Amino acid sequence: MTARRKDRLNIHIQGWLLALPAVVLLAAFTYIPAVKTVIDSLFATQVGSRPAPFVGLMQYESLIADPIFWRALHNNLLYALITVPLAIGLSLAMALWVNGRIGGRAGLRLAFFTPTILPMVAAANIWLFFYTQDYGLLNKIGIALGFANVNWLGDPATALPALMAVTIWKEAGFFMIFYLAALQQVPPDLYEAARMENTGRWQVFRRITWPMVMPTTLFVGINALINAFRVVDQVIAMTGGGPDNATTLLLFYIYQVAFSFWDLGYAAALSTVLLTALAAVALAQFFLLDRKIHYR
Amino acid sequence: MKPARVLPLSTLAAWAFALLWALPLLYALWAAFHPAAYATRFEITAPLTLENFEHAWGAAPFPRYFLNTILLVLGIMLAQFVICTLAAFGLARWKFYGADILFALILIQLMVTPDVLILENYRTLQKLGLIDTLVGVGIPYVASAFGIFLLRQSFKSIPKELDDAARMEGASALQTIWRVYLPLAKPVYVAYGLVSVSYHWNNFLWPLIVTNSVETRPLTVGLQVFASVDQGVDWSVICAAALMTSGPLMIAFLVFQRAFIQSFLRAGIR
Repeated sequence: MTARRKDRLNIHIQGWLLALPAVVLLAAFTYIPAVKTVIDSLFATQVGSRPAPFVGLMQYESLIADPIFWRALHNNLLYALITVPLAIGLSLAMALWVNGRIGGRAGLRLAFFTPTILPMVAAANIWLFFYTQDYGLLNKIGIALGFANVNWLGDPATALPALMAVTIWKEAGFFMIFYLAALQQVPPDLYEAARMENTGRWQVFRRITWPMVMPTTLFVGINALINAFRVVDQVIAMTGGGPDNATTLLLFYIYQVAFSFWDLGYAAALSTVLLTALAAVALAQFFLLDRKIHYR
Repeated sequence: MKPARVLPLSTLAAWAFALLWALPLLYALWAAFHPAAYATRFEITAPLTLENFEHAWGAAPFPRYFLNTILLVLGIMLAQFVICTLAAFGLARWKFYGADILFALILIQLMVTPDVLILENYRTLQKLGLIDTLVGVGIPYVASAFGIFLLRQSFKSIPKELDDAARMEGASALQTIWRVYLPLAKPVYVAYGLVSVSYHWNNFLWPLIVTNSVETRPLTVGLQVFASVDQGVDWSVICAAALMTSGPLMIAFLVFQRAFIQSFLRAGIR
Protein backbone atom coordinates (compact mmCIF):
# COMPACT_ATOMS: atom_id res chain seq x y z
CA MET A 1 0.00 0.00 0.00
CA THR A 2 1.40 3.42 -0.88
CA ALA A 3 1.65 6.08 1.78
CA ARG A 4 -1.02 8.12 0.01
CA ARG A 5 -3.65 5.42 0.03
CA LYS A 6 -2.87 4.62 3.62
CA ASP A 7 -3.42 8.26 4.42
CA ARG A 8 -6.79 8.23 2.76
CA LEU A 9 -7.87 5.10 4.59
CA ASN A 10 -6.79 6.82 7.75
CA ILE A 11 -9.16 9.70 7.05
CA HIS A 12 -12.14 7.37 6.79
CA ILE A 13 -11.26 5.65 10.03
CA GLN A 14 -10.46 8.84 11.87
CA GLY A 15 -13.60 10.54 10.60
CA TRP A 16 -15.77 7.76 11.96
CA LEU A 17 -13.83 7.67 15.21
CA LEU A 18 -14.46 11.37 15.75
CA ALA A 19 -18.16 10.98 15.07
CA LEU A 20 -18.43 7.75 17.05
CA PRO A 21 -19.37 9.12 20.51
CA ALA A 22 -22.11 11.27 18.99
CA VAL A 23 -23.35 8.39 16.82
CA VAL A 24 -23.54 5.99 19.77
CA LEU A 25 -25.46 8.47 21.91
CA LEU A 26 -27.80 9.48 19.10
CA ALA A 27 -28.50 5.84 18.37
CA ALA A 28 -29.12 5.04 22.03
CA PHE A 29 -31.39 7.98 22.80
CA THR A 30 -33.01 8.90 19.49
CA TYR A 31 -32.95 6.34 16.67
CA ILE A 32 -33.34 3.07 18.57
CA PRO A 33 -36.02 4.51 20.93
CA ALA A 34 -37.95 5.91 17.97
CA VAL A 35 -37.97 2.53 16.21
CA LYS A 36 -38.65 0.68 19.46
CA THR A 37 -41.63 2.93 20.16
CA VAL A 38 -43.25 1.78 16.94
CA ILE A 39 -42.42 -1.89 17.63
CA ASP A 40 -43.64 -1.73 21.24
CA SER A 41 -46.96 -0.32 20.09
CA LEU A 42 -47.63 -3.72 18.51
CA PHE A 43 -47.31 -5.53 21.84
CA ALA A 44 -49.49 -5.65 24.94
CA THR A 45 -48.23 -4.09 28.15
CA GLN A 46 -45.87 -6.45 29.93
CA VAL A 47 -47.30 -7.94 33.13
CA GLY A 48 -44.86 -9.50 35.60
CA SER A 49 -41.79 -11.17 34.11
CA ARG A 50 -43.45 -12.85 31.15
CA PRO A 51 -42.63 -11.18 27.83
CA ALA A 52 -45.44 -9.04 26.43
CA PRO A 53 -47.52 -10.90 23.82
CA PHE A 54 -47.71 -9.60 20.25
CA VAL A 55 -51.15 -8.05 19.68
CA GLY A 56 -50.80 -6.54 16.22
CA LEU A 57 -52.84 -3.40 15.80
CA MET A 58 -54.94 -3.93 18.92
CA GLN A 59 -53.43 -0.91 20.70
CA TYR A 60 -54.47 1.23 17.74
CA GLU A 61 -57.99 -0.20 17.84
CA SER A 62 -58.35 0.82 21.46
CA LEU A 63 -56.84 4.16 20.53
CA ILE A 64 -59.53 4.74 17.93
CA ALA A 65 -62.16 3.81 20.50
CA ASP A 66 -60.64 6.03 23.20
CA PRO A 67 -62.54 9.32 23.59
CA ILE A 68 -59.71 10.86 25.62
CA PHE A 69 -57.28 10.28 22.75
CA TRP A 70 -59.62 12.05 20.33
CA ARG A 71 -60.06 14.82 22.84
CA ALA A 72 -56.29 15.21 23.20
CA LEU A 73 -55.78 15.20 19.43
CA HIS A 74 -58.58 17.69 18.94
CA ASN A 75 -57.21 19.93 21.69
CA ASN A 76 -53.74 19.73 20.18
CA LEU A 77 -54.90 20.62 16.68
CA LEU A 78 -56.90 23.51 18.10
CA TYR A 79 -53.87 24.58 20.08
CA ALA A 80 -51.73 24.64 16.93
CA LEU A 81 -54.42 26.28 14.82
CA ILE A 82 -54.82 29.17 17.25
CA THR A 83 -51.37 29.68 18.76
CA VAL A 84 -49.35 29.45 15.53
CA PRO A 85 -51.01 32.29 13.57
CA LEU A 86 -51.37 34.45 16.68
CA ALA A 87 -47.73 34.00 17.67
CA ILE A 88 -46.66 34.82 14.08
CA GLY A 89 -48.86 37.90 13.83
CA LEU A 90 -47.92 39.28 17.22
CA SER A 91 -44.21 38.65 16.84
CA LEU A 92 -44.20 40.41 13.47
CA ALA A 93 -46.10 43.37 14.96
CA MET A 94 -43.62 43.53 17.84
CA ALA A 95 -40.68 43.41 15.44
CA LEU A 96 -42.16 46.18 13.27
CA TRP A 97 -42.63 48.35 16.34
CA VAL A 98 -39.20 47.74 17.79
CA ASN A 99 -37.54 48.11 14.37
CA GLY A 100 -39.14 51.49 13.65
CA ARG A 101 -38.29 54.86 15.18
CA ILE A 102 -40.29 54.72 18.38
CA GLY A 103 -39.95 56.20 21.85
CA GLY A 104 -38.66 53.84 24.53
CA ARG A 105 -37.53 51.17 22.11
CA ALA A 106 -35.27 49.38 24.61
CA GLY A 107 -38.13 49.18 27.13
CA LEU A 108 -40.48 47.70 24.55
CA ARG A 109 -37.94 45.11 23.48
CA LEU A 110 -37.31 44.13 27.08
CA ALA A 111 -41.02 43.79 27.85
CA PHE A 112 -41.59 41.60 24.79
CA PHE A 113 -38.53 39.40 25.13
CA THR A 114 -38.25 38.78 28.87
CA PRO A 115 -41.00 36.10 29.10
CA THR A 116 -38.86 33.95 26.76
CA ILE A 117 -36.09 33.59 29.35
CA LEU A 118 -38.40 32.45 32.16
CA PRO A 119 -38.76 28.70 32.80
CA MET A 120 -42.22 27.60 31.67
CA VAL A 121 -42.93 26.14 35.10
CA ALA A 122 -42.15 29.46 36.78
CA ALA A 123 -44.27 31.32 34.22
CA ALA A 124 -47.10 28.83 34.72
CA ASN A 125 -47.11 29.34 38.48
CA ILE A 126 -47.18 33.11 38.04
CA TRP A 127 -50.05 32.88 35.55
CA LEU A 128 -51.85 30.50 37.90
CA PHE A 129 -52.00 33.36 40.37
CA PHE A 130 -52.94 35.77 37.58
CA TYR A 131 -55.94 33.55 36.68
CA THR A 132 -57.14 32.79 40.22
CA GLN A 133 -60.81 33.18 40.85
CA ASP A 134 -61.96 36.03 43.10
CA TYR A 135 -58.61 37.69 43.73
CA GLY A 136 -56.44 37.03 40.66
CA LEU A 137 -55.50 40.17 38.76
CA LEU A 138 -57.40 39.19 35.63
CA ASN A 139 -60.66 38.82 37.54
CA LYS A 140 -60.00 41.98 39.55
CA ILE A 141 -59.71 43.95 36.32
CA GLY A 142 -62.68 42.11 34.84
CA ILE A 143 -64.89 42.78 37.85
CA ALA A 144 -63.86 46.44 37.92
CA LEU A 145 -64.96 46.69 34.27
CA GLY A 146 -68.26 45.00 35.06
CA PHE A 147 -67.56 41.47 33.83
CA ALA A 148 -68.42 38.29 35.71
CA ASN A 149 -65.93 36.57 38.01
CA VAL A 150 -64.56 33.73 35.85
CA ASN A 151 -62.84 30.57 37.05
CA TRP A 152 -60.47 30.66 34.07
CA LEU A 153 -58.77 27.32 34.64
CA GLY A 154 -61.77 25.56 36.19
CA ASP A 155 -64.19 26.08 33.33
CA PRO A 156 -63.79 23.67 30.37
CA ALA A 157 -64.66 26.50 27.98
CA THR A 158 -61.86 28.83 29.10
CA ALA A 159 -59.15 26.48 30.40
CA LEU A 160 -57.55 25.65 27.04
CA PRO A 161 -57.58 29.26 25.78
CA ALA A 162 -56.04 30.27 29.12
CA LEU A 163 -53.13 27.88 28.48
CA MET A 164 -52.80 29.12 24.90
CA ALA A 165 -52.36 32.65 26.20
CA VAL A 166 -49.37 31.55 28.28
CA THR A 167 -47.79 29.85 25.26
CA ILE A 168 -48.25 32.91 23.06
CA TRP A 169 -46.99 35.18 25.82
CA LYS A 170 -43.77 33.19 26.06
CA GLU A 171 -43.27 32.51 22.34
CA ALA A 172 -44.02 35.82 20.64
CA GLY A 173 -40.99 37.66 22.01
CA PHE A 174 -38.72 34.82 20.97
CA PHE A 175 -39.99 34.85 17.40
CA MET A 176 -39.79 38.65 17.38
CA ILE A 177 -35.99 38.53 17.27
CA PHE A 178 -36.05 36.45 14.08
CA TYR A 179 -38.35 38.97 12.43
CA LEU A 180 -36.14 41.79 13.66
CA ALA A 181 -33.15 40.19 12.01
CA ALA A 182 -35.13 39.66 8.81
CA LEU A 183 -36.39 43.26 8.76
CA GLN A 184 -32.84 44.53 9.01
CA GLN A 185 -31.94 42.48 5.93
CA VAL A 186 -34.52 44.15 3.68
CA PRO A 187 -32.62 46.34 1.18
CA PRO A 188 -33.29 50.00 2.09
CA ASP A 189 -33.61 51.06 -1.56
CA LEU A 190 -36.87 49.11 -1.77
CA TYR A 191 -38.37 51.39 0.88
CA GLU A 192 -36.69 54.38 -0.74
CA ALA A 193 -38.35 53.57 -4.05
CA ALA A 194 -41.72 53.14 -2.34
CA ARG A 195 -41.27 56.52 -0.66
CA MET A 196 -40.52 58.19 -4.01
CA GLU A 197 -43.79 56.90 -5.36
CA ASN A 198 -45.67 57.92 -2.23
CA THR A 199 -46.90 54.41 -1.53
CA GLY A 200 -49.16 54.02 1.51
CA ARG A 201 -47.93 52.22 4.63
CA TRP A 202 -50.20 49.23 4.15
CA GLN A 203 -49.08 48.85 0.53
CA VAL A 204 -45.44 49.02 1.61
CA PHE A 205 -46.08 46.29 4.14
CA ARG A 206 -47.99 44.11 1.70
CA ARG A 207 -45.73 44.57 -1.33
CA ILE A 208 -42.30 44.81 0.31
CA THR A 209 -42.09 43.80 3.97
CA TRP A 210 -44.37 40.75 3.96
CA PRO A 211 -42.79 39.05 0.91
CA MET A 212 -39.28 39.88 2.16
CA VAL A 213 -39.84 38.26 5.55
CA MET A 214 -41.61 35.23 4.07
CA PRO A 215 -38.73 32.80 4.76
CA THR A 216 -38.77 33.91 8.40
CA THR A 217 -42.52 33.43 8.56
CA LEU A 218 -42.09 29.86 7.34
CA PHE A 219 -39.30 29.20 9.81
CA VAL A 220 -41.24 30.68 12.72
CA GLY A 221 -44.41 28.89 11.65
CA ILE A 222 -42.72 25.48 11.55
CA ASN A 223 -41.13 26.05 14.94
CA ALA A 224 -44.38 27.22 16.49
CA LEU A 225 -46.08 24.16 15.03
CA ILE A 226 -43.50 21.77 16.49
CA ASN A 227 -43.78 23.52 19.85
CA ALA A 228 -47.56 23.24 19.79
CA PHE A 229 -47.25 19.45 19.64
CA ARG A 230 -44.73 19.38 22.47
CA VAL A 231 -46.67 21.51 24.96
CA VAL A 232 -46.73 19.81 28.34
CA ASP A 233 -45.08 21.86 31.11
CA GLN A 234 -47.93 24.31 31.60
CA VAL A 235 -50.51 21.50 31.48
CA ILE A 236 -48.76 19.71 34.34
CA ALA A 237 -48.22 22.90 36.31
CA MET A 238 -51.58 24.58 35.76
CA THR A 239 -54.42 22.15 35.11
CA GLY A 240 -53.26 18.53 35.19
CA GLY A 241 -55.26 18.02 32.00
CA GLY A 242 -58.54 19.03 33.62
CA PRO A 243 -61.24 20.06 33.96
CA ASP A 244 -62.76 16.98 32.36
CA ASN A 245 -59.80 16.56 29.95
CA ALA A 246 -60.41 20.01 28.49
CA THR A 247 -56.66 20.69 28.53
CA THR A 248 -55.31 17.20 27.86
CA LEU A 249 -52.80 17.46 25.02
CA LEU A 250 -51.00 14.57 23.28
CA LEU A 251 -47.68 14.71 25.10
CA PHE A 252 -49.44 15.16 28.43
CA TYR A 253 -51.65 12.16 27.73
CA ILE A 254 -48.58 10.08 26.84
CA TYR A 255 -46.96 11.17 30.10
CA GLN A 256 -50.09 10.25 32.02
CA VAL A 257 -50.62 6.86 30.37
CA ALA A 258 -46.95 5.93 30.68
CA PHE A 259 -46.04 7.24 34.11
CA SER A 260 -49.33 7.34 36.04
CA PHE A 261 -51.15 4.33 34.56
CA TRP A 262 -47.98 2.44 33.48
CA ASP A 263 -49.79 1.19 30.37
CA LEU A 264 -46.62 1.06 28.30
CA GLY A 265 -48.00 -0.62 25.19
CA TYR A 266 -50.74 1.95 24.86
CA ALA A 267 -48.32 4.79 25.61
CA ALA A 268 -46.12 3.48 22.78
CA ALA A 269 -49.07 3.62 20.38
CA LEU A 270 -49.81 7.20 21.47
CA SER A 271 -46.14 8.13 21.06
CA THR A 272 -46.20 6.68 17.55
CA VAL A 273 -49.05 9.03 16.69
CA LEU A 274 -47.07 11.98 18.01
CA LEU A 275 -43.95 10.88 16.14
CA THR A 276 -46.02 10.64 12.96
CA ALA A 277 -47.35 14.15 13.48
CA LEU A 278 -43.81 15.48 13.95
CA ALA A 279 -42.61 13.55 10.91
CA ALA A 280 -45.37 15.21 8.90
CA VAL A 281 -44.16 18.61 10.05
CA ALA A 282 -40.60 17.60 9.18
CA LEU A 283 -41.68 16.66 5.66
CA ALA A 284 -43.56 19.93 5.31
CA GLN A 285 -40.42 21.74 6.39
CA PHE A 286 -38.37 19.78 3.90
CA PHE A 287 -40.59 20.79 1.01
CA LEU A 288 -41.34 24.34 2.09
CA LEU A 289 -38.13 25.49 3.70
CA ASP A 290 -35.36 23.69 1.91
CA ARG A 291 -35.63 25.98 -1.07
CA LYS A 292 -34.89 28.95 1.14
CA ILE A 293 -32.30 27.67 3.55
CA HIS A 294 -28.89 26.32 2.80
CA TYR A 295 -27.79 23.40 4.86
CA ARG A 296 -24.36 23.20 3.29
CA MET B 1 -31.95 55.46 5.24
CA LYS B 2 -33.45 55.56 8.72
CA PRO B 3 -36.40 53.29 9.42
CA ALA B 4 -39.82 54.89 9.19
CA ARG B 5 -41.14 56.75 12.21
CA VAL B 6 -43.92 54.84 13.94
CA LEU B 7 -47.25 56.71 13.89
CA PRO B 8 -48.41 58.14 17.25
CA LEU B 9 -51.45 55.88 17.42
CA SER B 10 -49.31 52.85 16.68
CA THR B 11 -46.78 53.95 19.32
CA LEU B 12 -49.58 54.11 21.84
CA ALA B 13 -50.72 50.62 20.84
CA ALA B 14 -47.15 49.36 21.18
CA TRP B 15 -46.90 50.72 24.70
CA ALA B 16 -50.27 49.37 25.73
CA PHE B 17 -49.18 46.03 24.41
CA ALA B 18 -45.82 46.09 26.16
CA LEU B 19 -47.57 46.90 29.42
CA LEU B 20 -49.93 43.98 28.91
CA TRP B 21 -46.92 41.76 28.19
CA ALA B 22 -45.10 42.90 31.31
CA LEU B 23 -48.17 42.67 33.54
CA PRO B 24 -47.85 39.06 34.74
CA LEU B 25 -44.21 39.61 35.70
CA LEU B 26 -44.85 42.97 37.35
CA TYR B 27 -47.68 41.36 39.24
CA ALA B 28 -45.42 38.54 40.42
CA LEU B 29 -42.76 41.06 41.46
CA TRP B 30 -45.34 43.02 43.41
CA ALA B 31 -46.62 39.93 45.24
CA ALA B 32 -43.13 38.61 45.94
CA PHE B 33 -41.75 41.82 47.45
CA HIS B 34 -44.75 42.74 49.61
CA PRO B 35 -46.31 41.07 52.65
CA ALA B 36 -49.01 38.52 51.83
CA ALA B 37 -51.72 40.93 52.97
CA TYR B 38 -50.84 43.19 50.04
CA ALA B 39 -50.64 40.43 47.41
CA THR B 40 -53.73 41.72 45.67
CA ARG B 41 -54.04 45.14 47.29
CA PHE B 42 -52.17 47.72 45.30
CA GLU B 43 -51.21 50.59 47.56
CA ILE B 44 -48.16 52.76 47.05
CA THR B 45 -47.54 52.74 50.80
CA ALA B 46 -47.35 48.95 51.04
CA PRO B 47 -44.12 48.04 52.88
CA LEU B 48 -41.40 46.21 50.94
CA THR B 49 -40.14 42.92 52.34
CA LEU B 50 -37.86 40.01 51.54
CA GLU B 51 -39.79 37.73 53.89
CA ASN B 52 -41.41 35.76 51.06
CA PHE B 53 -38.02 34.86 49.61
CA GLU B 54 -36.71 33.86 53.04
CA HIS B 55 -39.77 31.75 53.64
CA ALA B 56 -39.49 29.96 50.27
CA TRP B 57 -35.75 29.45 50.68
CA GLY B 58 -36.28 27.80 54.06
CA ALA B 59 -39.47 25.87 53.30
CA ALA B 60 -37.97 23.67 50.56
CA PRO B 61 -34.41 22.54 49.82
CA PHE B 62 -33.88 25.28 47.24
CA PRO B 63 -30.12 25.59 47.90
CA ARG B 64 -29.76 21.94 46.89
CA TYR B 65 -32.01 22.44 43.84
CA PHE B 66 -29.81 25.34 42.77
CA LEU B 67 -26.72 23.20 43.09
CA ASN B 68 -28.35 20.39 41.09
CA THR B 69 -29.41 22.73 38.28
CA ILE B 70 -25.99 24.38 38.10
CA LEU B 71 -24.20 21.01 37.98
CA LEU B 72 -26.67 19.81 35.38
CA VAL B 73 -26.47 22.76 32.98
CA LEU B 74 -22.68 23.02 33.20
CA GLY B 75 -22.23 19.27 32.85
CA ILE B 76 -24.49 19.08 29.81
CA MET B 77 -22.83 22.08 28.22
CA LEU B 78 -19.29 20.74 28.62
CA ALA B 79 -20.25 17.25 27.43
CA GLN B 80 -22.05 18.77 24.44
CA PHE B 81 -19.00 20.87 23.59
CA VAL B 82 -16.71 17.84 23.55
CA ILE B 83 -18.99 15.38 21.74
CA CYS B 84 -20.35 17.85 19.20
CA THR B 85 -16.96 19.40 18.46
CA LEU B 86 -15.45 16.02 17.58
CA ALA B 87 -18.34 15.02 15.33
CA ALA B 88 -18.61 18.46 13.74
CA PHE B 89 -14.90 18.53 12.95
CA GLY B 90 -15.01 15.13 11.31
CA LEU B 91 -18.06 16.06 9.27
CA ALA B 92 -16.80 19.48 8.27
CA ARG B 93 -13.27 18.58 7.24
CA TRP B 94 -13.02 14.99 6.13
CA LYS B 95 -14.92 13.42 3.29
CA PHE B 96 -15.08 10.02 4.95
CA TYR B 97 -17.30 7.20 3.68
CA GLY B 98 -20.93 7.80 4.60
CA ALA B 99 -20.34 11.31 5.95
CA ASP B 100 -23.26 12.77 4.00
CA ILE B 101 -25.70 10.06 5.07
CA LEU B 102 -24.52 10.39 8.63
CA PHE B 103 -25.13 14.13 8.57
CA ALA B 104 -28.63 13.66 7.18
CA LEU B 105 -29.33 11.13 9.93
CA ILE B 106 -28.12 13.54 12.57
CA LEU B 107 -30.46 16.24 11.30
CA ILE B 108 -33.44 13.96 12.04
CA GLN B 109 -32.86 14.62 15.73
CA LEU B 110 -33.81 18.27 15.19
CA MET B 111 -37.37 16.99 14.82
CA VAL B 112 -37.46 13.91 17.04
CA THR B 113 -36.19 15.54 20.21
CA PRO B 114 -35.70 13.42 23.34
CA ASP B 115 -38.83 14.74 25.07
CA VAL B 116 -41.02 12.87 22.58
CA LEU B 117 -39.28 9.60 23.43
CA ILE B 118 -39.69 9.79 27.22
CA LEU B 119 -41.07 6.28 27.50
CA GLU B 120 -38.26 4.37 25.75
CA ASN B 121 -35.54 6.59 27.13
CA TYR B 122 -36.83 5.96 30.63
CA ARG B 123 -36.57 2.20 30.07
CA THR B 124 -33.05 2.61 28.71
CA LEU B 125 -32.06 4.54 31.82
CA GLN B 126 -33.60 1.80 33.96
CA LYS B 127 -31.40 -0.77 32.26
CA LEU B 128 -28.34 1.43 32.74
CA GLY B 129 -29.25 2.07 36.39
CA LEU B 130 -29.30 5.82 35.80
CA ILE B 131 -32.77 6.62 37.11
CA ASP B 132 -32.69 9.41 39.67
CA THR B 133 -29.19 10.56 38.75
CA LEU B 134 -28.03 13.84 37.24
CA VAL B 135 -26.21 11.88 34.52
CA GLY B 136 -29.54 10.29 33.61
CA VAL B 137 -31.19 13.70 33.31
CA GLY B 138 -28.48 14.99 31.02
CA ILE B 139 -27.35 12.08 28.88
CA PRO B 140 -30.11 12.06 26.21
CA TYR B 141 -29.23 15.66 25.35
CA VAL B 142 -25.46 15.34 25.09
CA ALA B 143 -25.22 14.39 21.43
CA SER B 144 -27.17 17.34 20.14
CA ALA B 145 -27.87 17.48 16.43
CA PHE B 146 -28.28 21.18 16.81
CA GLY B 147 -24.80 21.59 18.27
CA ILE B 148 -23.18 19.39 15.64
CA PHE B 149 -24.95 21.34 12.94
CA LEU B 150 -24.00 24.73 14.34
CA LEU B 151 -20.33 23.86 14.89
CA ARG B 152 -19.97 22.08 11.56
CA GLN B 153 -21.28 25.20 9.86
CA SER B 154 -18.72 27.45 11.48
CA PHE B 155 -15.83 24.96 11.09
CA LYS B 156 -16.52 24.90 7.37
CA SER B 157 -15.92 28.64 7.15
CA ILE B 158 -12.44 28.30 8.65
CA PRO B 159 -9.80 28.38 5.88
CA LYS B 160 -8.36 24.96 5.16
CA GLU B 161 -4.87 26.43 4.85
CA LEU B 162 -4.72 26.87 8.61
CA ASP B 163 -5.47 23.19 8.92
CA ASP B 164 -2.70 22.22 6.50
CA ALA B 165 -0.27 24.53 8.25
CA ALA B 166 -1.00 22.83 11.56
CA ARG B 167 -0.53 19.41 9.98
CA MET B 168 2.81 20.50 8.46
CA GLU B 169 3.99 21.23 11.95
CA GLY B 170 3.03 17.71 12.91
CA ALA B 171 -0.13 18.50 14.90
CA SER B 172 -2.63 15.65 15.32
CA ALA B 173 -6.34 16.10 14.63
CA LEU B 174 -7.10 16.78 18.28
CA GLN B 175 -4.28 19.29 18.53
CA THR B 176 -5.54 21.03 15.40
CA ILE B 177 -9.02 21.30 16.88
CA TRP B 178 -7.66 22.64 20.14
CA ARG B 179 -5.22 25.16 18.65
CA VAL B 180 -6.96 26.30 15.45
CA TYR B 181 -10.68 25.57 15.48
CA LEU B 182 -11.63 26.23 19.11
CA PRO B 183 -10.21 29.76 19.24
CA LEU B 184 -11.64 30.73 15.85
CA ALA B 185 -15.11 29.42 16.61
CA LYS B 186 -15.31 31.01 20.05
CA PRO B 187 -18.36 33.22 19.33
CA VAL B 188 -20.25 30.13 18.17
CA TYR B 189 -19.39 28.32 21.40
CA VAL B 190 -20.62 31.30 23.41
CA ALA B 191 -23.88 31.35 21.46
CA TYR B 192 -24.36 27.61 21.73
CA GLY B 193 -23.47 27.68 25.43
CA LEU B 194 -26.03 30.36 26.23
CA VAL B 195 -28.76 28.57 24.30
CA SER B 196 -27.90 25.24 25.92
CA VAL B 197 -27.78 26.67 29.44
CA SER B 198 -31.10 28.49 29.09
CA TYR B 199 -32.74 25.41 27.57
CA HIS B 200 -31.62 23.06 30.33
CA TRP B 201 -32.15 25.54 33.14
CA ASN B 202 -35.80 25.62 32.01
CA ASN B 203 -36.26 21.98 31.01
CA PHE B 204 -38.99 20.26 33.00
CA LEU B 205 -40.72 17.12 31.73
CA TRP B 206 -37.70 14.83 31.44
CA PRO B 207 -36.15 15.76 34.82
CA LEU B 208 -39.62 15.41 36.38
CA ILE B 209 -39.80 11.83 35.15
CA VAL B 210 -36.23 10.81 35.90
CA THR B 211 -35.69 12.37 39.33
CA ASN B 212 -37.49 11.52 42.53
CA SER B 213 -35.28 12.77 45.32
CA VAL B 214 -34.00 16.07 46.64
CA GLU B 215 -30.42 15.16 45.73
CA THR B 216 -31.13 15.09 41.99
CA ARG B 217 -34.11 17.38 41.42
CA PRO B 218 -33.36 20.51 39.40
CA LEU B 219 -35.00 23.86 40.20
CA THR B 220 -37.92 23.56 37.80
CA VAL B 221 -39.02 20.25 39.28
CA GLY B 222 -38.31 21.48 42.80
CA LEU B 223 -40.47 24.55 42.20
CA GLN B 224 -43.32 22.41 40.92
CA VAL B 225 -43.12 20.04 43.89
CA PHE B 226 -43.02 23.02 46.22
CA ALA B 227 -45.96 24.79 44.57
CA SER B 228 -48.22 21.76 44.28
CA VAL B 229 -47.59 19.77 47.46
CA ASP B 230 -47.70 22.52 50.03
CA GLN B 231 -51.29 23.63 50.06
CA GLY B 232 -50.57 25.93 52.98
CA VAL B 233 -48.13 28.05 50.98
CA ASP B 234 -49.53 31.39 49.95
CA TRP B 235 -49.25 33.06 46.54
CA SER B 236 -46.69 35.62 47.63
CA VAL B 237 -44.29 32.82 48.59
CA ILE B 238 -44.95 30.90 45.36
CA CYS B 239 -44.31 34.03 43.31
CA ALA B 240 -41.09 34.58 45.26
CA ALA B 241 -40.03 30.98 44.61
CA ALA B 242 -40.89 31.25 40.90
CA LEU B 243 -38.86 34.45 40.56
CA MET B 244 -36.03 32.98 42.59
CA THR B 245 -35.71 29.92 40.36
CA SER B 246 -35.57 32.10 37.25
CA GLY B 247 -33.43 34.76 38.97
CA PRO B 248 -29.88 33.89 37.92
CA LEU B 249 -30.86 33.39 34.29
CA MET B 250 -32.93 36.58 34.24
CA ILE B 251 -30.13 38.63 35.76
CA ALA B 252 -27.63 37.16 33.31
CA PHE B 253 -30.03 38.04 30.51
CA LEU B 254 -30.52 41.61 31.70
CA VAL B 255 -26.77 42.14 31.95
CA PHE B 256 -25.83 40.43 28.68
CA GLN B 257 -28.99 41.22 26.73
CA ARG B 258 -27.23 41.72 23.43
CA ALA B 259 -25.18 38.52 23.68
CA PHE B 260 -28.31 36.52 24.52
CA ILE B 261 -30.34 37.87 21.63
CA GLN B 262 -27.46 37.44 19.20
CA SER B 263 -27.03 33.85 20.40
CA PHE B 264 -30.65 32.90 19.98
CA LEU B 265 -30.58 34.48 16.57
CA ARG B 266 -27.41 32.70 15.48
CA ALA B 267 -28.78 29.47 16.86
CA GLY B 268 -32.15 29.82 15.18
CA ILE B 269 -31.08 30.68 11.67
CA ARG B 270 -29.76 27.54 10.19
